[in-house]
Amino acid sequence: MSTATTTPTSNVTKRLGAIGKARELGILLALVIVVIAATAANPNFLFSADGWRDLLLTPSILVLVAVGQAIVLITRNVDLSVGSVLGLTAYLTGRLFIDFPGIPIIVVFVIAVAFGGALGLINGALVAFAKVPAMVITLGTLYAYRGINVLWTGSDRVNASDLPKSFLALGTEQFLTIPILTIIALVVLVIAGWYMKNTRGGREFYAIGSDPAAAELYGLRVTRRLLTAFVLSGALAGLGGVLYAARYGTINSQAGSGWELDAVGAAVIGGVAIVGGVGSVWGAAIGAVLLLTINRALPILGIPDFWQRAVVGVLIIGAIVLDRVLAVRQKRKLIEARDDS
Amino acid sequence: MSSITETTPAPASVRRYRDYDQPLWKRVLLTREMAIIALLVVVVIIATMTIRGFGQPITLTYLILDVTPILLIALPMTLIMITGEIDLSVASVVGLSSVVTGVLINGGVPFEIAAVVALLVGGIGGAINGFLVTVVGLPSLAVTIGTLALFRGLAVGLLGTTAVTDFPEFWTDLAKAKLGATSIPLAIIPFLVLLAIFAVLLHFTPFGRGIYAIGLSKETAAFSGVDVGRTKFILFVLAGLVSALAGIYYTLRFGSARGDNATGMELQVIAAVVLGGVSVFGGRGALHGVIAGVLLIGVLASALRLANVTSDVINIITGALLVISVVSSSLLAWLRTQRQTPAVKPSAESGAAG
Amino acid sequence: MTIPPGAPDRAPALELRDIRKSFGAVVALRSGTIEVHAGSIHALVGENGAGKSTLVKIIAGLYRRDAGEFRLESADVDFTSTADSKAAGIAVIYQEPTLFPDLSVTENVFMGRQPTGRFGRIDRNAMRTEVDGLFQRLGVRIDPDRPADGLSIADQQVIEIAKAISLDAKVLIMDEPTAALSGVEVDRLFQIARSLRDEGRAIIFISHRFDEVFDLCDTVTVMRDGAYISTSRIVDTSVDEIVRQMVGRDVTELFPKQETTIGGPLLEVEGLTSAGVFHDISLTVRSGEIVGLAGLVGAGRSEVARAIFGVDHYQSGTVHLNGKPVPAKSPTAAMRLGLALVPEDRRKQGLVLDSSVARNTTLAIREQLAKFGIITSGFENRAARVWASRLEVKTNALSTVAGTLSGGNQQKVVLGKWLATEPTVLIIDEPTRGIDVGTKAEVHRLLSELAGQGMGILMISSELPEVLGMADRVLVMREGRITAEIDRSDATSENVMFAATHAEEQHS
Repeated sequence: MSTATTTPTSNVTKRLGAIGKARELGILLALVIVVIAATAANPNFLFSADGWRDLLLTPSILVLVAVGQAIVLITRNVDLSVGSVLGLTAYLTGRLFIDFPGIPIIVVFVIAVAFGGALGLINGALVAFAKVPAMVITLGTLYAYRGINVLWTGSDRVNASDLPKSFLALGTEQFLTIPILTIIALVVLVIAGWYMKNTRGGREFYAIGSDPAAAELYGLRVTRRLLTAFVLSGALAGLGGVLYAARYGTINSQAGSGWELDAVGAAVIGGVAIVGGVGSVWGAAIGAVLLLTINRALPILGIPDFWQRAVVGVLIIGAIVLDRVLAVRQKRKLIEARDDS
Repeated sequence: MSSITETTPAPASVRRYRDYDQPLWKRVLLTREMAIIALLVVVVIIATMTIRGFGQPITLTYLILDVTPILLIALPMTLIMITGEIDLSVASVVGLSSVVTGVLINGGVPFEIAAVVALLVGGIGGAINGFLVTVVGLPSLAVTIGTLALFRGLAVGLLGTTAVTDFPEFWTDLAKAKLGATSIPLAIIPFLVLLAIFAVLLHFTPFGRGIYAIGLSKETAAFSGVDVGRTKFILFVLAGLVSALAGIYYTLRFGSARGDNATGMELQVIAAVVLGGVSVFGGRGALHGVIAGVLLIGVLASALRLANVTSDVINIITGALLVISVVSSSLLAWLRTQRQTPAVKPSAESGAAG
Repeated sequence: MTIPPGAPDRAPALELRDIRKSFGAVVALRSGTIEVHAGSIHALVGENGAGKSTLVKIIAGLYRRDAGEFRLESADVDFTSTADSKAAGIAVIYQEPTLFPDLSVTENVFMGRQPTGRFGRIDRNAMRTEVDGLFQRLGVRIDPDRPADGLSIADQQVIEIAKAISLDAKVLIMDEPTAALSGVEVDRLFQIARSLRDEGRAIIFISHRFDEVFDLCDTVTVMRDGAYISTSRIVDTSVDEIVRQMVGRDVTELFPKQETTIGGPLLEVEGLTSAGVFHDISLTVRSGEIVGLAGLVGAGRSEVARAIFGVDHYQSGTVHLNGKPVPAKSPTAAMRLGLALVPEDRRKQGLVLDSSVARNTTLAIREQLAKFGIITSGFENRAARVWASRLEVKTNALSTVAGTLSGGNQQKVVLGKWLATEPTVLIIDEPTRGIDVGTKAEVHRLLSELAGQGMGILMISSELPEVLGMADRVLVMREGRITAEIDRSDATSENVMFAATHAEEQHS
């Protein structure tokens, strides 16, 4: 032992602290490798105006949804309804522009985000008050929200011609070569990341997911935090819905279906533990980017894009196995460190 | 020994133990399962009376043809969920087995062999899930989200966007054939056989007793000689096998092997199982409730289609039923605890110190 | 109600009178009374099931009382949540600390009330500085940045104490804090407790160890069967007096030990080792013999039992039953050979709480009950009825859910479940923890009878009188090793306790 100081940070914990960050760096590294490989095969993947734009633009909406999903997962819950919320708000966005011509874009944004938040609140309230597992509740609302969407839309759909040009421009325009959508996603990501790391509320999400029983015993406001997490997830899916409308222009009743599994997959790949308490929104966001970038890179690398879902599956399984191995090693090291001292 | 009789509250007479504290009719009728069965009967009666064409035999034929894959997969899913686990990859296994059958047929392999290989592939898929859950120790929700993507990806990757439609007529006809002169499809037979097997396995074997014990208390089960890992592994393999069987049926029924066959069916199966009274926490549920749950959703869909309501409304009903059924059961539980411990207010009426 | 002696002029920091609490039909607390003064350490003693934990949970705001008075510094209070009690300056350190494993030590100390700056940003530096100060004061060297996962129980308790101090708690409740601590760790804890008392805080100390109570505390309150019995100053009372009040009768009457003829060895364990848990455990249980396994909580006794039975893994060593090797990691195989384990935690390991008495009783013999692989409720009820009547389980129907039975009856169901397997050796871990006095005597009589019939019994117990009263031979474990083997005639509380706490000198 070295000279006793008041801050006996041992080597072990320094290394362990690094693991968390390394987990996100690792996934970032994988992303860089994919980008480099694809660019080597076809320089246009990165070094063309379109390539650069697509690289940033494609994952932006999923990043938003994955950030919300990560917050819910960190509290040891899951939100399977995000795809349906996204689809429903996307259609709502279209209807607002059709039914209220000349409505300011900002108002549409506010309404859609609030609407998504309200749908999330329904999830959260059912989970927090009825004490039913989030998986069941959000599986139910996945169907219910999608059903409402179908009932409302019917065989109708919103076309790009129904939407104002200035709104559609949001989906394609760039600022300093960075697409507006990406900027929005980044701003949300930075705020969410800061909130989760630096505020009481953020830390309590981690505490609740780490040990829900202890959180109750502590007198943490568990109900309120759960509601917040689901509202955030719903609101971010709602924001995703508006951006989906801006980016794709056409919205039918199936918009966003299946996104729930992509969002959970992205978070898990990014190191968010499905049992709660571990991970970060940054990881989830990088996971989302990796997921969608691989999709685009596969054909360039000579692999038919039919295989992309298989690659995603391998990624998810690889990520959770890796996390498990790391966790077992960390536990062993911590116990060794205890026995040494 | 006199000191002992002092401390023991004298067991005056030999105690008599009844088997049950409630009469038979209460135990059978006042259950979650019976509520779903009753709801199913009510829906069938109302639909028969109000919707034209619902009472016709052809409705029954198509209803059974449509729900058979879900009925099949619901069997092993029920057992898995009673242990407290979940398998989201079942629909992807359906797709994969469909594609494997199709690809082999394309390559000139006889259908019978192709089907056996497809079953084998399903079993291996289930074994991968089981291995990751029981040996590596990962949560089944995460594992099967991964294999959901992986198996579907393999299915789509193998066939791309093409479809194989060239199946032996004998088998495709058999999948749609009816039982003698009735309107009941032949496909009901393999289902009934599997239902009998799974019902006995779950409700009348030591293995089934172990399944419930695992779901209610994994630790007690392990201390009582239930091999938790082995039990779960077997169930995941069974889920893979039965899903593959459902995939083969699906292929024959529609005469088409495609990578995206049965996409999203996992959620339909789980919704039906939960609706049928199986707790997501594990330990609770019975097969008759699950069958009623599957049929309820199937009947509603079929009735609405006949009533010319857009068939997708079934989504709202499925979702709403699911939420209402779980919320109502936790509401009932809450009411029961309220009744048990009448809220006696503390005598000292005062505000909390702050 | 007697007024506690020596009540100073100041109002008590904490005062509860005639508190009642029942759960369904079960009355957990009939009249809980305690009065604690600032600047003193107050012991709360009583047997398991006496109502101490229920009282503590009411103080902590986890339960709401049904009736009774509850005052803090003369002001009536009524907590509806743990947050309320925390805000009122009460901190509880539970037997098993409740930390968030994934979060750092520092975060654990401040969770829910971190110092914040602009925009609600947590001031990590301030947090860190305060933790450093706290740890320095407590004289501990725990890395504040490491996760709480993997900390020893002693360290976790220190973190709970740090939390209580940083909360500036006026009342500190320690629920059996020393149960899992070694001698050095107990000394450190006592030092901390005394300095907190000298700062004017009120401390409630719950313990089963009278030497500690008499060493540390100023006053003592005794509870029995959910009711207040007495409060006295430590200097005015004696261990015998307190034990008499706790038990309510002469202790020696409890143990109906039959003299048995001890036969040949049944269970033979050789050099069993599991790294970091227990080392080189060798023991023998003979026919007709009750072997007591004593030691502190955390000494590794339950772990040894679980390894022998095959629930837990071990690295080396052998287990033989009737001369046949018992394979590792297979409870099923151990059961077939004639081994049974009544585990430590009845509610988590012994019973399926939500399942019926019949299902529970037959869970371990479900394979034997089946005919042609088929088992029905009829078979189960028939087998369960035999054991329910033999052990006099108090319930009307076999379909009763096990979780609704009293602790004593639950233990009978677990015993029935294992006796149904017709074992030749029964390992029983804490046979009477948390069960009422009457059932306790029944369990002891049963164990004695079983030994009389030639069964070998390995009994793990943390209650010294039970070990001394029941065992033919006492093995003592300390920190994963067997430190003493003492014959019934030589065993005293002193030499058993000594072997359980001092590793260096081996006694026999």
